[in-house]
Amino acid sequence: MTEATPTPPAPKPSPAPAAAKPAPAPKIAMPTPVLNHSAGKLLTTTRYWPTELWANPWASPNYRRGALMLAAIIGGVLLTGAAVGELSRWGDKIYALIGAFVASQGWPQNTAEGAWILLKALIVLHVILINGLWAIWWERKISAHIQSRVGPTYSGGFHGWAQTIFDGIKLLLKEDITPDAADKWVHALAPGIVVAPVVVAFAPVSFGTQLSAANIDIGVLYVFAFAGISVIGIVMAGWASGNKYSLLGGLRAAAQIVSYELPRAFSVVPVLMLAGSLNLEAIALAQAGYWHGLVPRWFLFYPVVGQIAFLIFLIASVAETNRTPFDIPEAESELVSGFHTEYSGMKWSIFFLAEYGYVLLASFLLATFFLGGGAPPLAQLGFIPSWIWMLAKALLMMFIFLWTRWTFPRLRADQLMDFNWKFLLPWSFANIALAGAYLLL
Amino acid sequence: MKTEERPKELKSDSLFVNLGPQHPSTHGVLRVGLTIEGELITKAVPDIGYLHRGTEKLAEVRGYHHCVVLTDRWDYVSAMPNNLVFCLAAEKLMGLKIPPRANYLRVLMCELNRIASHLLFFGTYGIDIGAFTPFLYAFREREMVLDLFEMCCGARLTYNYIRLGGVMADVSEEWTAKTKEFLGYFKPRLDEYDTLLSFNPIFLARTKEVGKISPQEAVNWALSGPNLRGSGILYDVRKSDPYSSYEEFDFQVPLGKEGSCWDRYFCRILEMRESLRICEQALKALPPGETMATGVAKIPKPAPGEAYAHVEGSRGDLGIYLVSDGQASPYRIHVRAPSFMNLAILEKILVGNKVSDVIAILGSIDIVLGEVDR
Repeated sequence: MTEATPTPPAPKPSPAPAAAKPAPAPKIAMPTPVLNHSAGKLLTTTRYWPTELWANPWASPNYRRGALMLAAIIGGVLLTGAAVGELSRWGDKIYALIGAFVASQGWPQNTAEGAWILLKALIVLHVILINGLWAIWWERKISAHIQSRVGPTYSGGFHGWAQTIFDGIKLLLKEDITPDAADKWVHALAPGIVVAPVVVAFAPVSFGTQLSAANIDIGVLYVFAFAGISVIGIVMAGWASGNKYSLLGGLRAAAQIVSYELPRAFSVVPVLMLAGSLNLEAIALAQAGYWHGLVPRWFLFYPVVGQIAFLIFLIASVAETNRTPFDIPEAESELVSGFHTEYSGMKWSIFFLAEYGYVLLASFLLATFFLGGGAPPLAQLGFIPSWIWMLAKALLMMFIFLWTRWTFPRLRADQLMDFNWKFLLPWSFANIALAGAYLLL
Repeated sequence: MKTEERPKELKSDSLFVNLGPQHPSTHGVLRVGLTIEGELITKAVPDIGYLHRGTEKLAEVRGYHHCVVLTDRWDYVSAMPNNLVFCLAAEKLMGLKIPPRANYLRVLMCELNRIASHLLFFGTYGIDIGAFTPFLYAFREREMVLDLFEMCCGARLTYNYIRLGGVMADVSEEWTAKTKEFLGYFKPRLDEYDTLLSFNPIFLARTKEVGKISPQEAVNWALSGPNLRGSGILYDVRKSDPYSSYEEFDFQVPLGKEGSCWDRYFCRILEMRESLRICEQALKALPPGETMATGVAKIPKPAPGEAYAHVEGSRGDLGIYLVSDGQASPYRIHVRAPSFMNLAILEKILVGNKVSDVIAILGSIDIVLGEVDR
């Protein structure tokens, strides 16, 4: 061995001066394995179980920081919404400006009208699109906190705020698969038919006091009419996929959504009776004022009638949006995701865009019907714009949607029907009678 | 209403649906051929064999020590009882006397593993019924048990910890301290599970009155474990044929009332509480001394003969029949796998239920396909 020792290699050229290199990033501390000497040569674990922290998570500085950050995010979103809302006060001026421009060019006046409608449609469309991004991120965060996880953390840095945006890009780039057995046209058309009614249904929704894209006198009827169309898209998706599980999902969806339309619509009738209007803005305005200057005159606080109507509307809305405990049409553990099993990429995500759109729609409707729309809970808080109140109430309702999803198991299809026909519907009828008695008194 | 009795215009074609082997709720690679009318099951045929690895045959060309490794792969979510049952049978043939500390450690590990296994059941059953959150809670706690196993034997799933003549290695002071910490932590979590899932009205509606097995049926179909006890039959190998010093422990055997899915589910939840009690007692009274019997040969050649040993595994009566011809490998082994026995009744109780109930019933039977197919 000693003879064979080769000559030492020539010394390497001296490395570049150390100052040129940036300092290496500090490594994240990983648990190091240790030898368990008392038991021989075995590895022990050094995983840290913060059991004493779980009893009181607030004791952890990280938790405190996280909670404050979350509060800051929610506050920031509310402020942004409010700022955008304040901008819309210039709506009349913008409309006048467009009108003046069209007149100066000598174009027909309906050009201005068309441009104005287009502008409003784009704004509403963006509300739905941005809501999808926000709601998915929010749902992940909420589910993570409910389930002792952290949720998105890395993308975008701050609490993984960019996660959904990146997911969207990923979904756009994914292969769009259509099964051989599928009815190709119907299969491709279905997501569109699911999502289009959401956008249309948003037209009369008021985002604050006197703030909606279209002030329709039969707003409530309009919203329910359009929101009911989506079920056709779901049945189409289930039927056209050429998959037995999807077919079952589509049929379940038809049964469920059509059934729950009834208590949902009937639960609002007391509200309509009390407000005396089908106009969403008029309904919100009918709840202005305070009892004894303290309790807001929101329909939620009308004794018995208000609470029953609110609960039925909330439950039926969860069922309408296909969310747990009523996610029977998709039921991933039974029907392998049901009607959207055979969808991939953007087509698949459009179903979810529609779902989150409906959640937002239901949240705004709940806020309008039962929580006084853009009215503040205390008269002294009236200086805060109606935007903030409307958004805060809608987000609170949305939180309930997300919260129930991560708490409840799923009902069975026949139990779901029983619950609808034997409980919700009779009670919504009874509530109408109660509201009648209320009006007579 | 039977199909023939329906008015002609209501008569519909039946649909054949494959539930599995890739279905997310078939707990591995089970396939059930379902014939459905609407959502009603008219026929269900379980089809197994997608995971067959022939471990019973493989054992015939391996030494006794090496067979223990094979046993880990049967019921891979609860491998300690598998180790134990093989060792018990082989030790019977070899006439080994197990030191008390080793016996206590075996009991401790088996009960910890029962907790880990039932936690997996609890979590996946929640998913089967549509609740996702319990799954992650259960895994949070299961990870702790697996950490404990990793700490004492270096493995998290296939332990090979219980060996012929005793256990692989003694446990450290640190380990017992950690285990005590876990036991104290886990008790309140069980209450949390009850609030979250066990008594949730939707969960009750989905599982009570569903998939009922009468006591007579349960016995006739040779069910064992929580599936049998859920029907109200008191049979637990730990009580009826105690092994590894189980007779020294004070514990109850939880029984169900009507044999529904919920009874089987709740039996397991209660069993976790009992396992906690056993672990506490074992830790408290852990005798000092050796953890391996003296005179265990490197290449053991038991006397010709046969032995049957059975233990109460996490899924029921796990038995092993071992024949030796005096050579270094077993002449023949046969496993009485509880999952395999429990699965047979599926064909009977699925019929007449809804598609959603298939998942609820299948989940409540709690099979591990590694054990069914072996």
